[in-house]
Amino acid sequence: MIYFIIFLVLIVLIIFFFVSIYNALIRLRNQVKNAWAQIDVQLKRRHDLIPNLIETVKGYMTHERQIMENITKYRSQAMNAQTVGEKAQAESLLSGALGQLRVQVENYPDLKANQNFLALQEELTATENKISFARQNYNDQVLMYNNKIQMFPSNIVAGMFNFKEEEFFEIKDQAEKEVPKVSFN
Amino acid sequence: MWELIQSNRRKSLILFFGMGALLILIGYVFGSFYNPESGGAVGVFFAIILWMILSTISYFAGSKILLAISGAKEVTKEVHPQLYNVVEEMKIAAGVPYFPKIFIIDDPAPNAFATGVKPENSAIAVTSGLLSTLNRYELQGVVAHEMSHIVNRDILLMTFAGMMLGAITLMSEVFFRGLYYGGGSRYRSKSSSKNSGQGQIIIMILALVLAILGPILAQLFYFAISRKREYLADASAARLTRYPEGLANALEKIANSSYKLRSANKVTAPMYIVNPLKREGMKLADLTSTHPPISERIKILRALQQGVSYKDYQKVFEMIYGKKEKIIPDSALKESIPVAPVMGLANSDKSFSPVDAKREANDAVMKLNNYKFINCKCGVRIKIPPDYNQPIVVCPRCGTRHQLG
Ligand SMILES: [Zn+2]
Repeated sequence: MIYFIIFLVLIVLIIFFFVSIYNALIRLRNQVKNAWAQIDVQLKRRHDLIPNLIETVKGYMTHERQIMENITKYRSQAMNAQTVGEKAQAESLLSGALGQLRVQVENYPDLKANQNFLALQEELTATENKISFARQNYNDQVLMYNNKIQMFPSNIVAGMFNFKEEEFFEIKDQAEKEVPKVSFN
Repeated sequence: MWELIQSNRRKSLILFFGMGALLILIGYVFGSFYNPESGGAVGVFFAIILWMILSTISYFAGSKILLAISGAKEVTKEVHPQLYNVVEEMKIAAGVPYFPKIFIIDDPAPNAFATGVKPENSAIAVTSGLLSTLNRYELQGVVAHEMSHIVNRDILLMTFAGMMLGAITLMSEVFFRGLYYGGGSRYRSKSSSKNSGQGQIIIMILALVLAILGPILAQLFYFAISRKREYLADASAARLTRYPEGLANALEKIANSSYKLRSANKVTAPMYIVNPLKREGMKLADLTSTHPPISERIKILRALQQGVSYKDYQKVFEMIYGKKEKIIPDSALKESIPVAPVMGLANSDKSFSPVDAKREANDAVMKLNNYKFINCKCGVRIKIPPDYNQPIVVCPRCGTRHQLG
């Protein structure tokens, strides 16, 4: 009888333990999803700003057609990207092209004084920052989630219920890594 | 982070009830001083009423009152896009679902504070002087610091602590005023006719000691709390932005400003990111200042070269101070993620134009005062005062006629 009770208590404890780990995994996975959604919102915001930017800059920049074409091209690439890796790749190209535009803008003092352009600049800078902060938050969440999946004893539960590790949102380009915050000023 | 919030909630609760108990004690002693027979009960009654009123007010309207006496006006994105964006950036970095309200105080002295009982209805207020003094990264550091106060639930703790300070100061003031208008003499004649002498003398001494020391102790206590909060918020800001240099530069600029904040007082002073009442370098600093010395805060932030996690902050703090004071709660120190700072933005101030920043800040204040703005095609921004009553305004550069209304 006493052994039976001990056995029962043990079973209950193990179940309780499993359930709490399972719930923690679910919570972490949801946080990762939520963080990813944040990045997505900001990436979309950047894509939406680009037509405005091109419209404003068009009249001033006749010689930098190539840059504007690249921006348009990378934008559509980024919008069509499927995996996290592809997306990171295309977005970093887009960041680079937008950075080039900044360099070019220095040559157009009139454009720099244009209020519409200044407002657009602030929006683009803010969007770049939001992307990088959302990425930072996303990677923190992924790290916590992946740690939980790899570490004992939660790895057992993760294996049983098929929790998969998530991919980090990494920018491959080294130059981009050093100065993640693009500024037009 | 969650445990940190829990521990702060617990502290708020302890402070809330501890304050109630202390007020009741003071009420009892002061009451007994004036009337040994039933005065204690009356004193307790008034103390409870005072405690309830103050708690209710500070819980439901504390931040509104604070913002109102600071002359803060709420801003939308339209008024100052950069400030709004920076707050949103910090919201994203912190990964929180709520968005604090944003206020601007029209004052040339650069400073900022956060308030609100719950994060859901919190507010960040900055002066126009702050906007015209700091570049984008520095502003980000200050906003991150204030956002950290909100995320860490410091604002509730600070509200209750400030309320306690106010209540105790008020009660001892009432006590002394009563003494001045002859309450004490009534007490003396009564106590001699009844022979409960010794107990009454103890009450009398106790009342005087409480009346003199109470407000001072409350103040020290308040300051001790807020000092620790400041370090923790600096640490969180460095972690959020990954760029401690931004906040360090901001603190330096704020400390070096020669303007004095107009609307600050003893109770609101500890709310600000930099104490608006005292000049840096005063050596009273250790006990009576509401904030850690700015130079120390800057030194710690600048020493965060290897990493900006909470662990790194605590390590650097101990290195600089040479003593083992716990600045960061244990729960935050357990964090195992290495957090690398962003470097190489050192030149960010070169691109900062004080003229532009000042214009932006002025525009924001004008918008808050109901000026209308028209962006002309030629790039000129036309600012129209609220009492301008012509139907048309002509652009001074290109001559375009803009229809109003
Ligand atoms: Zn014009």
